[in-house]
Amino acid sequence: MTAVYGLYPDGASAQQAVNRLRAAGVLDRDITVISAQPMEDYEFGQMDKATWMWWFACLGGLIGLSAGLGLTWLTETSWPMDVGGLPIYAWWPNTIIIFEMTMLGAIMATTLTFVLSALWPQRGRTLYDPEVTEGQILVGVEHPVDELVSELERALSAPPGARVKTR
Amino acid sequence: MTHPTGSRINNDLLRPLLLTSWRFYVLVAFFGAFVAAGLIAWLSQIFFGFGISGLRWPVYWGFYVTNFVFWIGISHAGTLISAILRLVNAGWRRPVTRCAEVITVFALLIGAMFPLIHLGRPWLAFWLFPYPSERLIWPNFRSPLVWDFFAINTYLTGSILFLFLPMIPDFAVVRDRATGLRRRVYRVLALGWRGTPKQWHRLETAMQIMAIAIIPVAVSVHTIVSFDFSMAPVPMWNTTIFGPYFVAGAIFSGIAGLLIAMAALRKFLHLEEYLHPVHFENLGKLLLVMALLWGYFVFNERLVTYYGNGPAEMAVFRQTQWQSFAPLHWTMVFLNFVLPLTLMGIRKFRTIAGCVIASIGVIVGMWLERFLIIVPALGHKYLPYSYGTYRPEPVEIVITIASFAAMSLLYVLFAKFIPIISIWELKAGEHPPAPDLVPPATEEHRLGDLRL
Repeated sequence: MTAVYGLYPDGASAQQAVNRLRAAGVLDRDITVISAQPMEDYEFGQMDKATWMWWFACLGGLIGLSAGLGLTWLTETSWPMDVGGLPIYAWWPNTIIIFEMTMLGAIMATTLTFVLSALWPQRGRTLYDPEVTEGQILVGVEHPVDELVSELERALSAPPGARVKTR
Repeated sequence: MTHPTGSRINNDLLRPLLLTSWRFYVLVAFFGAFVAAGLIAWLSQIFFGFGISGLRWPVYWGFYVTNFVFWIGISHAGTLISAILRLVNAGWRRPVTRCAEVITVFALLIGAMFPLIHLGRPWLAFWLFPYPSERLIWPNFRSPLVWDFFAINTYLTGSILFLFLPMIPDFAVVRDRATGLRRRVYRVLALGWRGTPKQWHRLETAMQIMAIAIIPVAVSVHTIVSFDFSMAPVPMWNTTIFGPYFVAGAIFSGIAGLLIAMAALRKFLHLEEYLHPVHFENLGKLLLVMALLWGYFVFNERLVTYYGNGPAEMAVFRQTQWQSFAPLHWTMVFLNFVLPLTLMGIRKFRTIAGCVIASIGVIVGMWLERFLIIVPALGHKYLPYSYGTYRPEPVEIVITIASFAAMSLLYVLFAKFIPIISIWELKAGEHPPAPDLVPPATEEHRLGDLRL
């Protein structure tokens, strides 16, 4: 058996299922919850909320800023041209390019962090049910220990409207 | 007001993807024919040379640069408006954001084509790139045109990602509903999305960060486009007001473009339950605000020129106020100021039809505004020997019409293959957070209930 899970019609019953799994001794990191929309109004929707994404975005911005500085410095000093009496390395016009590259760096870093932290780690985990698309909320445990399966089934089937499945 | 359930939302919004009516093929053929005509016109310009266009000394910027500025302006419809609405957590944004973001991406792509079309020999476009070469033709790294390159590419990249990331959960919905080849394609696009709390949090955090980053980028893009003009010693261009004037004009035309797109989607895809009159009314109010702002900028620009009374500036001023360009100028004022003020200012006219009429007027008016900034000034520079006229030739007119057809064609194709309204955001709007979890200042308004 690779997974045991329940499908729930609403957030309240899904929350009950999560609570019962915890009471049965399952750790948060072993509980899988899947929904068709963010469920932040429920406690289970707050799981895994901590993220370094803001910091990575700042780091990306810094990298972009450095790249912008480097590019403008290298190009303008490698091919020095007098343009209307501006200095060879002119801060005012270069600020624009540095600003754009800073923002581009932040945007790219955010996207990369999203892919690497949210999508990439999911590749090994396969528990899913297409009924989630129709509004059901999936709560389950992947790769459960055989001795615990019946207890997990009991916990998952207790909330109202539950439909328990195994794979 | 009734609110569709999750399953109904899926059915309604996936219908255009899973069922194809004859109207789709007719629309594609119709717009495709104009795009093909535009391509033929461009090829003929490449083959016969730039002489078949109306661009000649002293007016080297005509329809093509007008179109470039216009389409970059239209691009402000989407990502900027969507980002602002996301950050202020406006509940009524949910059905609107994707319609808007798509406009940005396509308008930027079309706008970015025009510098290439304007080059005459587009295969030499790489000469403009700042890279070491043996030609000794050095790009000017301090030129506003280089700033354009960076700004537009940053905005385009950011807008594509801003559009794509929230589409991933919807690709997963299509993946679960589709069969065969379509299922395989959407499975790849869904990138393994399942909908765990971690994924939702990361997605929403990413969208927040990108919204914060993209707003200054959007403002910078049109400011930088305005620098193409205001950095040049040409009468009525060399002014400090151009940055905010261009940004306001861009947002103005962008909102108008969005209103037209939303009305078309509502009508042809039968999205009446999702795009409510209140969405049009709220955007109509924004259009009204922007019309007032636009009027203020135009008045300010003209008044300062009039009082400055510089001979060169006044030559251009007279051309636009009561000489050869006056009919176009006053048409522009009517379409951009009088019409939206009347239709959006009086509540009973602020209907969907009223919004569409005002928006079509604004689109035409803003195109005229770009034209009137560029051509009269170039035709009346400082010395009378450099006075000249500009008359657009058929090749330019056909390419201009084709750009509008290309926008429509891309929009039709997008709506055919991707849910044009964000399914998951709409569903999330149907589940407002519990009051004890949400501070009052950020409380969500349910779909369609917001009355400004």
